[in-house]
Amino acid sequence: MIDLLQRLATSHGPSGDEGIIRDVISQEISKHVDEVRTDALGNLIATKRGSGGRRVMLAAHMDEIGCMLTFIDEKGYLRFSTVGGLPVHYLLARPVRFKNGLLGSVGTEKIEHIKELAVEKMFIDIGAGSRQEAEKHVSVGDLVTYFPAFYNQGTRVISKAMDDRAGCCVLIKVAEQLKDCAHDVHFCFTVQEELGLRGARTAAFALSPDVGIAVDVTTTGDTPKGITMDVSLGKGAAIKVMDESLISHPRLRQALVQVARDRGIPYQLEVLVRGGTDAGVIQISKEGIPAGVISIPCRYVHSGAEMVDTGDMQAAVNLICAYLATDLGI
Amino acid sequence: MVLKKLTEASGIPGQEKEVRDILKAEIDGLVDRYWVDPLGNLLAVRGDRGPRVMLAAHMDEVGLIVTHIDQKGGLRFSKVGGIEDQVLVSKRVLVGKDRLPGVIGAKPVHLQNHGEREHPIKSEDMYVDIGAKSREEAEKLAPPGTAMVFDTCYEALGERIVKAKALDDRAGCAALLEVLKEEYELTLCVAFTVQEELGLRGAGVAAYALMPDMAVVLEGTTCADTPGAEENEWSSQLGKGAVLSYMDRASVSNRRMIEEMTRLGREQGINYQFKRTTAGGNDAGRIHLTREGVPTASVSIPCRYIHSPVSVMSLDDSDSVVALVKAFLKSVEGGFLPND
Repeated sequence: MIDLLQRLATSHGPSGDEGIIRDVISQEISKHVDEVRTDALGNLIATKRGSGGRRVMLAAHMDEIGCMLTFIDEKGYLRFSTVGGLPVHYLLARPVRFKNGLLGSVGTEKIEHIKELAVEKMFIDIGAGSRQEAEKHVSVGDLVTYFPAFYNQGTRVISKAMDDRAGCCVLIKVAEQLKDCAHDVHFCFTVQEELGLRGARTAAFALSPDVGIAVDVTTTGDTPKGITMDVSLGKGAAIKVMDESLISHPRLRQALVQVARDRGIPYQLEVLVRGGTDAGVIQISKEGIPAGVISIPCRYVHSGAEMVDTGDMQAAVNLICAYLATDLGI
Repeated sequence: MVLKKLTEASGIPGQEKEVRDILKAEIDGLVDRYWVDPLGNLLAVRGDRGPRVMLAAHMDEVGLIVTHIDQKGGLRFSKVGGIEDQVLVSKRVLVGKDRLPGVIGAKPVHLQNHGEREHPIKSEDMYVDIGAKSREEAEKLAPPGTAMVFDTCYEALGERIVKAKALDDRAGCAALLEVLKEEYELTLCVAFTVQEELGLRGAGVAAYALMPDMAVVLEGTTCADTPGAEENEWSSQLGKGAVLSYMDRASVSNRRMIEEMTRLGREQGINYQFKRTTAGGNDAGRIHLTREGVPTASVSIPCRYIHSPVSVMSLDDSDSVVALVKAFLKSVEGGFLPND
């Protein structure tokens, strides 16, 4: 699991530029499924056929937050916009990486106080001496992500883009472990979740599933004077009750809880006050689709050093596989 | 001239009929069939070969709507679409279908207290004065729900620069008409949309009905090459050509389409520029998420002082937009695919 997670988390894939991560995932999952295709927006949809059961959509987004170049100045400094909810103080003085491997450092115009920090005052420095020199390497529209550094300490893993490569990793593991499933399972690796749950919307329209489950990270309430939230790192897969984008279908939630109890899979219930997931748009696709979320607890979400626990990820894999062995309970 | 006719017509969101009637007359003969959908979008189709390419421009403009009438016959109003309060005071407006002249009034400066003078007057504290002497008289002329638009005539400023109201997005509508004058071996799906300014409302249902394989949105966009703005904050520049955007708040343009347009611009000497900001959103936001997804890109005309009583654009820029969209359609004809 660790090797796969590292490959996924360190690949380039900011929202709107998911080509590289899509190829990586496609390569990993194709040996475990019957069919793989890419849709008009760039979602990767891998299908494992069942034996006459129902249609299940599993969604994990493959995009990550990042920055897009908007302007290159005379001296070769690069101005940018954030792509997705990237708190700019997380970016300051950190290394960032372009698709072509080029690195840069993030600077700011002089400010008196950190409160004055704003994206308009910040720039990426690739060490170019002039606009002409910078333009040899980068163009307006290019995207960067946090520099990928991946650390594994016991079951705890630190990296950029755990949101949501941890979810992608879980889906690939499910595809690998799933045997003799009655249901058609569509593994959707969606685009542009960080910009407003965009890819999942068109994927759900195309698939018309009977059940939709998003697998994504969630924040935790277990850090010093952190947010009030009853989710902790290492205490199992989180079964979502609600977030800003949806209230999980109650029967689906109950079915997941029941399966977890029956099989002794560690789980926790999650209520997320801020944030949403792909399930929010899957639920309201077409005539409505029962939808829910299995979350992977993650600390420091949207930073360059997000922390997850591989035990929680394994619990999520086990929970999904066990659920898919049932009649789905819907 | 069609741009003059279009910009001088009245068309706040939800009341786009005047604009739609002009466009209907213009596309008659240029398309195989056209119809008006239940939300008021003017849709049209031409040809039945090749990929279905949607071209979209919105008909509506920001304006005002009468909400109630005060004792003395003043028309109280709401803004329809995003308008800054400070551009409103003392402007002339045209009220209702009969285009009654009106003036936006507010408490005069000598009666404002110190605190009031330091802040722009709020639109809630303004009214439109149509010279009515009583509530009864005003109600007959402009009952609640009456649309009001800025009274601005289309004029040239020198050779190639023009000023008008509603260039966002009548400039896009006019450019789209120009694009239609050429023949393409494609199935063209045309949408003149409603209520873009209230949240991209018409475009989604238009795309749902037209089922395009890809879409190009023609827009009037912000232009901030003005004093006080840093160079990196200039969203676009007047006279520097068609504006291509990689991303805004509502969508990420299909990258291959933008790259293809960039290539065409470079090879055919059509001026283009990239938008330097990612704020704002347009019909692409709804179109690209329709059904199973539609690869979409926006091509825009820079408009200074957008969303105000008068904006300014360059005819050279709209020519560039027309040339670039035509070139792109030829390229699709030749086999270009957005997801190759």
